Amino acid sequence: MPPPASEGGGIAASTVRLSPILLKRDRPRIADRIFGTGVTAMGGIVLVLIAAMIIFLVLEGLPAMQHYGFFSFITASRWTPSTAQPNVSHPNPYGILQFIYGTMLTSIIGMIIAVPLAVGAALVITEVAPQRIKGPLSGLVDLLAAVPSVVYGFWGIFALIPAIKPIVDFLTTTLGTVPVIGVAFQGPFFGVSYFSAGLVLAIMVLPIIAAVCREVFRSTPRNEKEAALALGATRWEMIRIAVLPRARSGIVGASLLGLGRALGETIAVTMVIGNAVLHINGSIFSQGATMSSVIANEFTEATEPFHLSALFVVGFWLLIVALVVNIIARLVVRRGVAL
Amino acid sequence: MTQLAVGPPGFRNRPALRRRRTRSAIFVGLLIAAVVVAVGVLAWVLIYVAIQGVAALNLGFLTQTPPGNPASAGGGFYNGIIGSLIVVGIAALIGIPLGIGAAIYLVEYGRGRLADTIRFFNDVLIGVPTIVTGAFIYAIWVTRFGFSGFAGSLALAIVMLPLVTRTTEEMLRLVPNELREGSLALGATRSQTVMRVCIPTALPGIITGAMLAVARAMGETAPLLLTALGNDLFTEYNPAKRMSTLSLQIFDNAVTGFQESQGRAWAGALTLIAIVLIFTFVARFFGRRVRTSND
Repeated sequence: MPPPASEGGGIAASTVRLSPILLKRDRPRIADRIFGTGVTAMGGIVLVLIAAMIIFLVLEGLPAMQHYGFFSFITASRWTPSTAQPNVSHPNPYGILQFIYGTMLTSIIGMIIAVPLAVGAALVITEVAPQRIKGPLSGLVDLLAAVPSVVYGFWGIFALIPAIKPIVDFLTTTLGTVPVIGVAFQGPFFGVSYFSAGLVLAIMVLPIIAAVCREVFRSTPRNEKEAALALGATRWEMIRIAVLPRARSGIVGASLLGLGRALGETIAVTMVIGNAVLHINGSIFSQGATMSSVIANEFTEATEPFHLSALFVVGFWLLIVALVVNIIARLVVRRGVAL
Repeated sequence: MTQLAVGPPGFRNRPALRRRRTRSAIFVGLLIAAVVVAVGVLAWVLIYVAIQGVAALNLGFLTQTPPGNPASAGGGFYNGIIGSLIVVGIAALIGIPLGIGAAIYLVEYGRGRLADTIRFFNDVLIGVPTIVTGAFIYAIWVTRFGFSGFAGSLALAIVMLPLVTRTTEEMLRLVPNELREGSLALGATRSQTVMRVCIPTALPGIITGAMLAVARAMGETAPLLLTALGNDLFTEYNPAKRMSTLSLQIFDNAVTGFQESQGRAWAGALTLIAIVLIFTFVARFFGRRVRTSND
C-alpha cells in the first residue's frame, strides 16, 4: 500500500530499502520472546519454591528420620533433647505429638472465637452499617491484620493476660471442678497458656476471615435482598434468608484460610504459650507448645544429637498440615482476597 | 422500616410482628457487638503500645545501639532500624520484580493448566507458615554461607513474592482489553504493550500491593530468627553478616524480664507499628486514587 503523498518522502524511502526494516522488526521480536520466557520463568518460581521447600525440609530432617524411624515422631509426645544420644534410637526423645496437639488446640480456640466475630463484623460492614461508615469500618478491621505478630505477642503478655486472669481464675475454680469436663479447665493459671495463645490467634485471624466474608456477602444479588425486604422481612430475616444461605461455602473457605494462618503463626504464640514441651496438657489453661513455637525457640540453640534435624521434621509436618489446609481452603473459596 | 408497615389498621402492633422486630434488633445488636469487639481490640492494642512506647521513646532510642547489659537503661534500636531497612529493602528488590513478572505471566501470557496451577499454588504459598520459609532458607543458604542479613532478605522475598503477584495480577486484569488491542494494532510487540501500556496503567494499584507487602515484611520476625539471627553489639551495614532487625530486637528485649529492656522493646514496637501503618496508609491512598480514576 503506497503511503499518502502528504506524509512525505521519508516513509516512501524506507519502504524501498527492505532489509533495515526487517532487522528493526526482528530485534523487538527476539526481545519479545526473551520477555515472554522471562515472565514465564518468574511464574514458575512459585512451583519450584513449594517443591524445593518440601524437598529441603525432608533432606534436613532425614538424619533424624532415618535414626528414629519416620512414624516414631508422631507417636511420641515427649520432647527431651537433653536425653538424646547418638547411638540410641529407642525411645525417640523427639516426640512431636504434643506440638501437633498444641497447634490444633490453639488454632481451634482461635477459630471458635474469631469466626463468629469475623462473620458478624463482615455482616455489619456489608448489610447493617450506614453507607458512610462502611468504608472506614472495614478499613479499621483490616488494620488488625497490619499489626505485626511480635507486637501482638508483646501486648498479649503485658495487657491481655493480666486482663483475662481474673476471669480465667474464676473459671478454673468453677468449671475446673466439674467432673469429667473439668479436666479441660483446670488451674493453676500462670497466664501463658494454650488459651492465651488461642485468644491472640483469634485477634490475628479475625481480619483475614472478615475480609473474605465481606467479599462473599457482597456478592449476594441485590434484588434478592430487596425482595426479602419488600416481602416484609426484618433486617435480620433478610440476612438469614438472602445473604447467609448463599455464603455458607464462602464462610467455610474463609474460616479454613484463617485456620491455615493460625496453624503457622509463630512469634505471638511463642510469646504467650509458655513453651512446655514435655507432654500433652489436658487443660486449656496450662502451658504448652506448638509446632512453630518449638522451632522458633530451639532452632538456633539446637546442639544435642539429631536436635536440629528433629526440628526440621517438625517443620516438615507443619508445612504438610499448612499445605493441606490451604489447598482445601483455596479449593473452597476459589478466589478470595489477597491476605 | 416504617415504609414496610402497610396493611390493615393495627398491623404494626400485631404481636408476631413485634416479636420478629425484637428478634431482629437482638441479632443485629449482636452483629454490631462483634464489630465493636474487633475495633475495640484494635484500639486497645494501639493505645496500649502508644502509651508504653512513648514513655520509653527518645532521640537516643533512634540513634544508639542497645547497652551491653540488658538491665541498664538508655541505648536504642538504631542498629535494628537500619537492619530492617536493609533486609526489607533487599527483599523488596528481589521479591517485587519477581512478583510483578509472575503476575505478567499469569495475565498476559499464561494459558491453560500451567497458568491455573501457578495461580493456585501462588495462593497456597501465601499460606505457608513464615517460620517454614525461614527453615527453608536456613537449609539452602545458611548451612552454606552462614547467618546473614541477606539470608533474611531471601526469606522475606519469599514472603512478599506471592502477595505482590496476587495484587499485581488483579490490577493487570483491570486494564481494559481495548488498550492492549490499540497498542498491538499500532504495531507494538507484546512485551512493549505490557511494559509501556499495561504496567503504567496498572501502576498505582501495583504500588499499593508492593507497599502492603513491604509493610508485611517489616513486621515479620519468625523467618529472621533462623536467617538474619540478630546482632546487638554494633550497627552492621553489611548484609553478608548477621544482622539485627527492629522486629528481632523487639522479640529479644520483650522476653528478657528486665524492665529497661522491655521499655526499649515498647519503644521499638511503637516505632515498628508507626512504620507499618505509614506504609499501609500511603498504600491505601494510592489504592483509592486508582479506584476513583477508574470510575
